[in-house]
Amino acid sequence: MRAATPRRAIGAAAGLLSALLTVAAPAQQRLLHSEKSLYRDIFVYEDATTRCLCFTRQCVIGRQSCQDVKQPRRLVFEYTQMMLGALYLQPDPRSILIIGLGGGTLPRTLERLLPDADIDVVEIDPAVVRVAQQYFGFAPDAHVHVIEQDGRVYVNHAVHSGAHYQLIMLDAYEHQYIPEHLLTREFLGAVRSLLQPAGIVAANTFSSSRLYQNESVTYRSVFGEFYNLKSGNRIILAANGPLPSIAEATRNSRRFNAPFEELGFSAQALLARFGTHADWDPAARVLTDQYSPANLLNGSTP
Amino acid sequence: MYRSTLYLIAGWSGFFVMGIELLGGRLLAPYFGSSIYVWGAIITVFMLALSLGYLCGGRASLYAPSLRRLATILLAAALATLPVLLGGDALLERLSLTALDPRFGSLTAAGLLFFVPTFISGMVSPYAVRLLVADRISAGDGAGRLYFVSTFGSAAGTLLTSFYLVLYLEVNQILLLMLSVSALLGLLAWLRPATVAA
Repeated sequence: MRAATPRRAIGAAAGLLSALLTVAAPAQQRLLHSEKSLYRDIFVYEDATTRCLCFTRQCVIGRQSCQDVKQPRRLVFEYTQMMLGALYLQPDPRSILIIGLGGGTLPRTLERLLPDADIDVVEIDPAVVRVAQQYFGFAPDAHVHVIEQDGRVYVNHAVHSGAHYQLIMLDAYEHQYIPEHLLTREFLGAVRSLLQPAGIVAANTFSSSRLYQNESVTYRSVFGEFYNLKSGNRIILAANGPLPSIAEATRNSRRFNAPFEELGFSAQALLARFGTHADWDPAARVLTDQYSPANLLNGSTP
Repeated sequence: MYRSTLYLIAGWSGFFVMGIELLGGRLLAPYFGSSIYVWGAIITVFMLALSLGYLCGGRASLYAPSLRRLATILLAAALATLPVLLGGDALLERLSLTALDPRFGSLTAAGLLFFVPTFISGMVSPYAVRLLVADRISAGDGAGRLYFVSTFGSAAGTLLTSFYLVLYLEVNQILLLMLSVSALLGLLAWLRPATVAA
């Protein structure tokens, strides 16, 4: 017994080492493109199964967007699947605003699901727009428009000009850097006033770190109760007006059984993730334009 | 005592300028975003204002320089920051909605809000050098020490503001805190008997 222990330890260590090596050097990962944009480093990697847009070398962390090489329609990331949960609350949005383009997975998928919808995509980095078009099959057309602008500036101007959307998706936060002016009560208030009555906002946000608490109370202060979907990422689904009931979401979800199957996931499994339980500290400080240390909070443990 | 007051004022002024510069980015972001050109506009305004402030502070030191006048410069810089607190948001909102090119919009905004206080702050260092330096031989030494405290103060202001102050206080509270320190320091220096001059 005693003799076996060190051997087992060595075996475990070797296993750990090989796991580490796999993470550090994924099998046959090819670099297709790299550039330094005004805002970040951009890499496009491809291995046998997926092509990914990354903002860090080797893609160790910070994979922004991935596409299945053989079945490009399949949604590789769970978070994009969860973002589509917004359609259970607003099944037929005619006007959609997406802030943050990445590889363009969301607009591409939404355009296929909702051929009549008008989709505006706001992306701050022109290089990301170029890369999405070149490597991820993103193609602006009569229904999909790209605006190269800071998300906050776009929202301010859109509010001023009286524009409205039925669905707004916020996908501008990264793990290493959060645009802090896009995570404040004032910004979310402007987003809310851009929504039509009963319009829906879907936000891809953070599930860990101290920021979870602050982010939760901030969304709560603007939208009231919201659906909270978690798995690594966290998706917030909130409404301009009363939050549609789970019965209504269930009803709407049925019409997506077939289309979501085609995207590679189960509409009903997604529905099971819907919850409104407030698992955060209600006394956490609301983030405002005056108080927005989102990156500092994201860097500290909960 | 007289010298340490000069160093303190120069060091604090460096702290104040960088604190305001960082918070300037915060104040502009809701209206102009955090694109690279917004930071470009802010840094341009601060550098330009400081450069002209140095020029003017040096000239001003030719005419009956005194600690009391230096204290007045510090107080004036603090006073010139008040409009940022009182009307900053209203101004930024109006500017951002008029259809200016976003680059020149943020440049104009940064200029209107931060040029004057930064210009006045820039006057502090050369003016303090004049009060510090007794003769030509020690001129370089005195100027070197003054640059040291002033730039060291800038480093401290940058670090404290971006690492800690924003985590505990609101932007306007930090501004108010810095204005209070300036006012306190300016008043203390102003009240010092002028006879202790070196």
